[in-house]
Amino acid sequence: MDAELAKRIQANPKYKELVSKRTSFALKLGIFVLAMFYSYILVIAFNKEILGVKLNEAGVMTWAFPVAAGIIIISFITTLIYVKRANGEFEDLTNSIAEDVKDAL
Amino acid sequence: MRLISILGLMAVAAFAGGDATFEVAKREINIPAIIMFFIFVGATLGITYWAAKQTKSASDFYTAGGGITGFQNGMAIAGDYMSAASFLGLSGLVYLQGYDGLVYAVGFLVGWPVILFLMAEKLRNLGKFTFADIAAYRLGQKEIRTLAAFGSLSVVTLYLIAQMVGSGKLIQVLFGLPYEWAVVLVGVMMIVYVTFGGMLATTWVQIIKAILLLSGVTFMAIMIMNNFGWSFEALASKAVDTHAWGQDIMAPSDNGKIKDPISAISLGLALMLGTAGLPHVLMRFFTVGNAKEARKSVVYATGFIGYFYLVIAVIGLGAIVYLTPENAPEFFTDGKLFGGGNMAAIHLSKVVGGDIFLGFISAVAFATILAVVSGLTLAGASAISHDIYNNVLCKGEADEAKEMKVSKISVIIIGIVGVVLGIAFEHQNIAFMVGLAFAIAASANFPILFLSIYWSKLTTRGAVIGGSLGLATAVALVILGPVVWVGVLHNPEPIFPYAYPALFSVSTAFIGIWFFSITDKSQRAKDEIEAFGPQSVRAETGFGSEGAVDH
Repeated sequence: MDAELAKRIQANPKYKELVSKRTSFALKLGIFVLAMFYSYILVIAFNKEILGVKLNEAGVMTWAFPVAAGIIIISFITTLIYVKRANGEFEDLTNSIAEDVKDAL
Repeated sequence: MRLISILGLMAVAAFAGGDATFEVAKREINIPAIIMFFIFVGATLGITYWAAKQTKSASDFYTAGGGITGFQNGMAIAGDYMSAASFLGLSGLVYLQGYDGLVYAVGFLVGWPVILFLMAEKLRNLGKFTFADIAAYRLGQKEIRTLAAFGSLSVVTLYLIAQMVGSGKLIQVLFGLPYEWAVVLVGVMMIVYVTFGGMLATTWVQIIKAILLLSGVTFMAIMIMNNFGWSFEALASKAVDTHAWGQDIMAPSDNGKIKDPISAISLGLALMLGTAGLPHVLMRFFTVGNAKEARKSVVYATGFIGYFYLVIAVIGLGAIVYLTPENAPEFFTDGKLFGGGNMAAIHLSKVVGGDIFLGFISAVAFATILAVVSGLTLAGASAISHDIYNNVLCKGEADEAKEMKVSKISVIIIGIVGVVLGIAFEHQNIAFMVGLAFAIAASANFPILFLSIYWSKLTTRGAVIGGSLGLATAVALVILGPVVWVGVLHNPEPIFPYAYPALFSVSTAFIGIWFFSITDKSQRAKDEIEAFGPQSVRAETGFGSEGAVDH
């Protein structure tokens, strides 16, 4: 891509919208997943007894299992959320930018 | 047991340390396993023959012509990730230490959303054949590609040795073949797949194996859950009664490696960033047609991998219940599980599904190793032919046919090196190798790749010096740490106290890259910063990226 075209695209308001929306969306989801994972890791490092607390005094099942399964499932759901928006809204914006500069592409 | 807990370095490493955990003993020939293994080999050779006819250009060879769909690629990525190491290693870890195995599973999984948000589409939009294409997009080709190829080849070689030794031991136990034969067999098969079928065959072998493995573990989990009336509580309760640790298997233990905050954070970093720096995983993003498919592939991959890990927890607990000297004396010699903890899933398959199912799971375990080493070899070969030969030696002007020839020769050389080192390391403690591979990927490959995409002020000087510092720190700290200094070299005390160096080596790399970039006032640095604009437009939009090729 030549510098001229790049400058033209960068000046396009749709491009600015795409980059700022997508960056902030990806950042929010990323921070959410990292915060979730590192809270888990830090609980293991500092206070793992909490995870050993039983769900039900009579049984053996502890909080540790639903927490691990929950992190795995929530991680998957965040990927779904991201791709739904990225492959819809963001992809449409990208296509519309392509339309604007199609003479130079 | 003590040895096993040392091997807790990483679930993968636990597998890689086959030398310590697979007992050197041979079993009678397992006929159903051999029949199913030959069916798999026949089918995959058929695919290789088909793929070879499609594979004409360099793009076909390295990236299957960019014609893989998001679903197929997600399956293949999941296949790369569901290596024999995670299948046998993680289920073995749950069998031995209960919940600890799940901590690793969570760590391995959470890297994927982060890769999706930060990297996947940018990799697809900027890359061509190797991740060095991205790092070197606006920086000095020669320096960056040399460093990136060095990083790739180190990761690939370490991983390959670990897989080779593991496969030799596994096949020895499963099929009763001598260790050397087994390693040579793996080497020959992988050379055939990769040289003839390129990325297309490598991807399809991986997809087929992923389907077989997912079906196999699902069947096992169904059989286990069925015996416990579909109550996880009932299964866990029986496991607590059976396991020597009792209720302690239901929570993170004190015997694991994640004892202090520094180790915990460092391990978390290594698992997450290491994944985003593994060359054989990164190259999969170049096999799809566009950013949309690249994103989809991560969703599928995360779904399959997450499902796999949840099922592994059931299998691990099932193994605790069924594989005891009282319940299943045929799997024990002198009170020890035949082949060690890593064989738990294999033995369990016989308990729940008889000889035929044991044969199926054994063949799948072998297929898993074949598929993973094929991907590794292709990643290593493209670093040699595309980065070193074409872009460094021929300044990017190599004839395509010649470049492909170089990559095929590289495949054969890497295959031979893998076999020779696999045999040489038979009796060595290789548990540190996968850990070191992750540390290098996280400390050398990832920072350069990440900053080249996101930081406009990155310069060649900063990337080369900082990346080399990260690489050197990772290697030095692994050697001076408990795993090699104490575990391999048998010194009484480690010089560096932590088993996971990532926190330190990744920081070193980032600080080094930052410092030597901002202090770089050369004209070249100015040009490189100038070139960030067009690069970032392409990264964000995909305009001008490598297109898919129709067959």
